[in-house]
Amino acid sequence: MADQIKVAYWPGCVSRGFTPELHGSMAIVAQKLGIELVELDRANCCGAGVIAEHNQELADTLNARTFALAQQTGLSMMNICSTCQGAQSECQQRLDADSAYRAHVNEALSGQGLSYEKDKDGFTNKNFLWLLVEDYGLDRLKEQVVRPLEGLRVGPFYGCYIVRPKERLGYGEHPDRDIYLEKVIEALGGTVVEYDGARKCCGFPVVTMNRETSLRQSGTHVGDAIDAGADCLVTPCPLCHLNLDMQQPEAAKVVNRDLGLAVLHLPQLVGLALGAEPKELGMSKHVASTGWVEERLTAGAAA
Amino acid sequence: MAEYTIKVRRFQPESGEGPYWEEFNVDLEPSLAVLDGLLQAKDRDDGSLAVRCSCRAAICGSCGMKINGQSGLGCKTQIGEAQELANKVASASGEKVDNAPIVIEPMGNMPVVKDLITDMESTHWTKIRRVTPWLLPHGDPPEREYVVEPESMIDITQSMACIQCGACVSSCLSMEADPDFIGPAALAKAYRFVGDPRDAETHERLHDLADDPHGIYDCTHCFSCIDACPKGVAPMDQIMRLRRKAGEEGIEDPNAGHAHEIAFVKIIEKKGTLDEAMLVQESYAPGIKGKLKPSKRSIRETIKSLPTILRPLRKRKVKLRQAIPGTHHKLPGDAMDDVKAIYAHAEEHKEEINLYIQGEEGELVDENVEKGIERSTDPDTAEAK
Repeated sequence: MADQIKVAYWPGCVSRGFTPELHGSMAIVAQKLGIELVELDRANCCGAGVIAEHNQELADTLNARTFALAQQTGLSMMNICSTCQGAQSECQQRLDADSAYRAHVNEALSGQGLSYEKDKDGFTNKNFLWLLVEDYGLDRLKEQVVRPLEGLRVGPFYGCYIVRPKERLGYGEHPDRDIYLEKVIEALGGTVVEYDGARKCCGFPVVTMNRETSLRQSGTHVGDAIDAGADCLVTPCPLCHLNLDMQQPEAAKVVNRDLGLAVLHLPQLVGLALGAEPKELGMSKHVASTGWVEERLTAGAAA
Repeated sequence: MAEYTIKVRRFQPESGEGPYWEEFNVDLEPSLAVLDGLLQAKDRDDGSLAVRCSCRAAICGSCGMKINGQSGLGCKTQIGEAQELANKVASASGEKVDNAPIVIEPMGNMPVVKDLITDMESTHWTKIRRVTPWLLPHGDPPEREYVVEPESMIDITQSMACIQCGACVSSCLSMEADPDFIGPAALAKAYRFVGDPRDAETHERLHDLADDPHGIYDCTHCFSCIDACPKGVAPMDQIMRLRRKAGEEGIEDPNAGHAHEIAFVKIIEKKGTLDEAMLVQESYAPGIKGKLKPSKRSIRETIKSLPTILRPLRKRKVKLRQAIPGTHHKLPGDAMDDVKAIYAHAEEHKEEINLYIQGEEGELVDENVEKGIERSTDPDTAEAK
């Protein structure tokens, strides 16, 4: 048995809000993989880039608090949201770049005895996708697979915040971070579907500001994936999931075509391969039916 | 010397045929540029291969193109690195590939004139002119030059580094979905004048850019332009600065972008985590609980968004309670105290750092920190320490 992984876990707002099936499926998958999650249930919203747009120091301090709470546990942090990853990495980059600024920000945390320290105990903040590949390991993941996703054609959808900007997101050290979804899909026994939208924007950040533009983006990507023969998409970002799944019927109207493609959260895809049932992974809660995915898996198992 | 295969997307309008792919084999050092590879192919194999270039040193901005799907300059991308990326893309699913063709295409979001040459006029330059890219001072010009404090110009040096290559426009995912979007290059240029202390029409500029439904609130925050820019201009960061300044000037916009931002900031101050239903409501109809005066847009958008919320309610994905604005729980009391203290501190100082300008701290410890001196741009607080 390899080393036990234990992380300070930040689920984010949306996984406990409009995509509760993500939070639930992560708990199931963590247990199956033997990853211990110490939930940061007192941490605050990452600001999703919107607070940084309003007041940079405010966003930096809010996230410094989350990092400090994680550091209190002595563990590194894990998130399950590309947007949290991007927004928090942006703040962490500024905090790490300037010790005087860090001291200034920590002043606001001192009342509660909190302090964010750069590199303390090798502190990192990784999305579940990164943790799965870099720390858990694909070989170890393969060993856990009890229901290989044979015959399932999966289109990866990353979310902007986890692929750009490369320099900020550790691509210097880990240049393959933008092909991890493909690697995971293969490790689980599925087939990767290549299509144009995998690293493009789902449109979510402007859905209230410019609905047309936003839904044209999500509708186009879903359509492209269908045309490329995908049975489903998989994403490590719940905000992408909102635009790709919850908004899918509306996006279909904007791009003027039939859609109807299942969109899975990353832990759901992993969970299926680890033997969890679609219902316990919350797949029945999706707006776009996941029935076809379940049929394919049953067919694969029977073959 | 190493051998590379470059796969070029070609197009000659006079032929009457559509675009097609053609592969060329080139020999050159890995440290040489993709542009060198193209010029070698043009020299050795096909003189009709059209590519625009001049300085070959990332200064003139002529050779914008897409290399393995990434927008950038042909002269600034080493062919050895391009090969590594091509191999990575080809190996993403399946077997490891060692000599995948390096894929070269003309820039996106603009018409192609021939092969790798795009029409910069119809999109890029038209959009640049859209933002009034010249100084608008008031009053009589000074007898000699304008005198400004050097510090007051530092903020805009990043946007001044733009060489107008169009790589950001090529990569822009908002423009791909909405061709009317003013776009990253033009908005970065706009910030160059908004931030200029000599300009007297800052408010008018900000109002204009916010009032355009395809302006600053049409950026989808995808970071593509940041990675595409060969000069570190980070156009998206400049767009966010424009939003911040427009917000500070209290400018409301037809996209309700400012309302969305304020709603987000206030919700987190009040609850610590996001009340999604409240965010949607406040983005469309700010202050609906107070004065019931929603705008026409907010009524229209709220009605349009109803099916989106009804479907997950039916699927029991979202509980009825969650769909009602304002019912979202708060963080525990002492955690909320933390959040309130953070807001008070950050709203007082509003420090903003730009790593393009100040760089990242090296191994050397800042001597002020060693001496325990508070860093602050505000002389009052620095003295108080």
